[in-house]
Order: sequence, then structure tokens, then C-alpha cells
Amino acid sequence: MPISPEEVLKIANLARLQIKQDEVEQYATDLSSIINLVEQMNEVDTKDILPMAHPLDVTQRLREDRVTEENQRNKFQSIAPSVEKGLYLVPKVIE
Amino acid sequence: MYELSVSQLVDGLCNGDFSSVELTQCFVDRMQKYSDLNAFITKLGERAILQASNADKLIKEKKHGPLTGLPIAHKDIFCMYGVKTSCGSKMLDNFSAPYNATIVEKLDQAGCVVLGKTNMDEFAMGSSNENSFYGLVKNPWNTDCVPGGSSGGSAAAVAARIVPLATGTDTGGSIRQPAALCGVTGLKPTYGRVSRYGMIAYASSLDQGGPFGKSAEDCAHMLQAMAGFDEKDSTSLDKAVPDYKQSLNGSVKDKVIGVPEEYFSEGLSADVKSVIEDAIKWYEQQGCEIKSINLPNTNLAIPAYYVIAPAECSSNLSRFDGVRYGYRCEDPKDLHDLYDRSRSEAFGDEVKRRIMIGTYALSSGYYDAYYLKAQQIRRLISEDFRKAFKQVDVILSPTTPEPAFKIGEKTADPVTMYLSDIYTISINLAGLPAMSLPCGFSRGLPIGMQLIGNYFEEDKLLNFAHQYQLDTDWHKNIPKNFK
Repeated sequence: MPISPEEVLKIANLARLQIKQDEVEQYATDLSSIINLVEQMNEVDTKDILPMAHPLDVTQRLREDRVTEENQRNKFQSIAPSVEKGLYLVPKVIE
Repeated sequence: MYELSVSQLVDGLCNGDFSSVELTQCFVDRMQKYSDLNAFITKLGERAILQASNADKLIKEKKHGPLTGLPIAHKDIFCMYGVKTSCGSKMLDNFSAPYNATIVEKLDQAGCVVLGKTNMDEFAMGSSNENSFYGLVKNPWNTDCVPGGSSGGSAAAVAARIVPLATGTDTGGSIRQPAALCGVTGLKPTYGRVSRYGMIAYASSLDQGGPFGKSAEDCAHMLQAMAGFDEKDSTSLDKAVPDYKQSLNGSVKDKVIGVPEEYFSEGLSADVKSVIEDAIKWYEQQGCEIKSINLPNTNLAIPAYYVIAPAECSSNLSRFDGVRYGYRCEDPKDLHDLYDRSRSEAFGDEVKRRIMIGTYALSSGYYDAYYLKAQQIRRLISEDFRKAFKQVDVILSPTTPEPAFKIGEKTADPVTMYLSDIYTISINLAGLPAMSLPCGFSRGLPIGMQLIGNYFEEDKLLNFAHQYQLDTDWHKNIPKNFK
């Protein structure tokens, strides 16, 4: 099932990507080509097959609920684009 | 010195035949001399000489580790404290890692000297190293050809004898395929064998870090230092690490080698087929039983991978938002614009394609048809291997359908590039260990054979590979212009 230019824009919005008008057509072609490849999966009936998320079906290892990390905010914020008083600055969100 | 094995280099350093400073300078000079390959994103020559000088002190005081004073390179996907870690992308061009990846830490503890960070396909997405923000890497065997990807820089650096060892990562073949195209040995461990902490994530259920070396023996040294349980990686498995150097020894007589029928069909080029058949004959002469096996769901591996990997990548790459680190666009109008433009201006085309495929596959209405279906196919593929390993010790196959292709040859249509992963991809889906080692040439370009092992049997793989390399010298060849 090919992907239309409208769908490309919808997906881009979900993925927080901006696709320029003159690029949409090419993305539609490329993504359709990939989906076409992927639809080969329908060649086989997988009814009743358990999906596999982990190669060895291992489940999440848990640990004790104890604080082990030290606060390194200043160090981590030293590489941020824009910080002030320990806060990351972004354009205004609430009007 | 650049032709010596890791064992010889380690012995030479310990015996005082040469110092780490001398050795490191030799490789730093080669790194400069062969800059045109573009194998490195960040060269750490001066820092390396300082490290080497410290290493020499430790060796003199007899306080050295297993690899003290040995120069290596890290794929630029591994966070290295205080050093630029770009992941081949404009998104992290300004990123200096605030911590060390566990494997960087472990190799530091073993005493390695880091020459630099190697070039790679952006965010590990690619099979040719043509997707890097820092430009493509050339194959030392023929500079009109690709070195493979995504660990193209590491493979090329080892092939050109710029470093004796380099780290790489493998999600769909990104260690094995460049190893094959560059005529070096590379190993992808079992999923969970090597810590992913500090290794920038592409597809979390498939990614694994591993070694590149001139031989299986060299790789064994590096894997020994890299492998092991890490509390900081919740997918790291707590299994004892064997002595990989010990396991190199021992005859392969009477062992059973499986050859999958599906890997020898029409897509395989005649030159590769013939060279692989010679390798199979070699093992037969050693007394191995060669058994034809079936992996019936092989042709579904690429479709399943190109749902699962993009889906996981769309989630992993959502952290790159221009807020806390990495690239931020100029004058964002609002938050949406900040996200949209920071990401779009800094991600390359292949990365954007995979994020979008992933987003699509996981979106409402499509999840069952794509992602769930792919996970079911993943189970079928794993089952194929489980059944096979009940009858065989290792599986032998070609690593790639053809030798290194020309730069630009497969970039017109993304799917053409994806199809070159046909022999490597199933292994990541199943989480098994596998390696590639050189076994011949065609038109001056190296050809690699792949050995696939059962879970946590890296020792068996290294044994099979080492025995072959004791008796053959494909792996000893150095590309003409790098001697």
C-alpha cells in the first residue's frame, strides 16, 4: 500500500520532523518503496505465533528502589544550548 | 610494527622491545598519512601520546593490564568523556560526552591508548558509510568502493593498519559486513554479552558492540576486555565470560558445520559462492561434518528488520529535541518549531526515512499489521536457528552477496542498499553471536565468510575462525597502497 504525500506530512508531524514541500514527493516514493518491501511479511501466516520482543525472551531486570545516582545537573547542563538558574530554556509554551 | 599481531605487540611492550610511545607514534603517523580514507571523525594523536607515556610508566612498574599501551580506535557511537561523540551526525556535532560508555571504561582499564573516534553511517543507519555527516569513508582495497557500514571507519582503519584493534556496533550487520568488505575480522557478540551503556542507541533490541581486528586471535583480546555483565545496562546478561584466548585452541575435527541452503540461492554472486565453497572444503578436510540445513524464514528477515529497527529508532531518536544537548535551530518560533527544525536541519535523509517508517509502523491502526507481525516473524526466524543448532555446532555462510560495491552505486533507492544485508540481518533478530573473516578475493576485493554460533558461544566461533587462520593467510593481506 503506497504512502501518499498527505500521509507523509501526517507522519512527519507525529515524528516532529519538517519536510519541505519540494521534498514530500520523494519521501512518499521512498517510504512507499520501503513499505512495499515490508509487506512481504504477509506471505506467511503467523496466527497464534507469540510476538518476540527480546532475543532470549528475558524480562526486565529489577533493582532495589534506592537512590544510586548523584545529582550532576551542572555538569550535564554545561553542554545545553540554553539554560538559566538550572532550567532548560525553550520558547514559551503557555500563552 | 603495524603488521604485528596483538599478542606480539603486547609481548613486545612488556619485554621492552619497543615503548608504547614509539608504537603509538607509528600509528598516529599512519593515521595522518592516510587521512584521505576519512576513516576518522576525531583524531586524538596528542592525547594518545600522553596516554602512551603513562602506559610506559605502568609497564616499567609492572602495574600494567592485559592491553596496556596498545593503540585502538572507537566507533564514534561510544560516549567518551570530554571527547566529541558525534554518532556521524550534525545533531551531535557539538556534543562532548559527559561520561564514558562502559566498554570505553573497560578498555581504558585494560590499558588501551585511544587514537581517535572513527567515522560511521549516521546513527548507525547504513551499509556503506555514505550516510555520514562527515563524508564517506573509502575502502583501502579500492578507493572507488565503499568500506561497508555502518562501522566503515573502524573496518577501514584496521584494514589500512592504522590501528590494530577498533570497536564497532552491529544492529543488522554493521560489524560483519564492513569486516567482509575490508578484508578484516569482526565479531558481533550474543545480545546482552557486551554492555550498551553509553553506546548511542539505534535499535535497542538488536544493537551490540564488538571488536574488529586483523584476526580472530586479535578480536579475542578485545572481546575479553569488552564482555561482561554491567548493572548500568538493564539488558546486560549475567553470564560468566570464558577465557577467549584459551578457546582459540583445539581441533575442529568431528564438529558439525551447517550450511544453509537459503543463503546459496540466486542473489549470491558466483565469485563469492566459489570462495565460500573453498572454505567449506577446508573445514571438511579438517574432519568436520558438513550438513545442509534449512532456515526457511530467511527471506522474511529483511522485511521484519525494516519494521522493527525503524520502530525502535523512532523511539530512541525522539530524545534529540534541541532542548538539553546537541543541535538547536536558530530563532525557534515556538516549541513545535524548535523540535521540527532542530531535528530536520540536523538529521540526514536516511535517518529521517527510518524515523518516519518507524512512526508509521507504530501508529494507531498500523501497529498490528506491521510491528506485531514483525515480532511474530522474529520468533519464527529464531525458531529456525534453534532447530538448526540442535544438529550443528556452527553455521557457515557468505557474509555479503557480493564484494565491495562502488561509491554511489546503491544510493538511488534505499531498498537496494537494504538488500545487501540479507545474510547478516537474521542473526540480529535472533540475538545470536556471529563473525566475519576473510576467505578470498575477487577482482582485488576481499570476500568474507560468516560463522554463526549458538547463544553465548563466541568461544566456539573464535576457535573455528582461529584454526582456519592458522592454516590460511587471507587475513594477512594488506591493501597495496598501505604497506
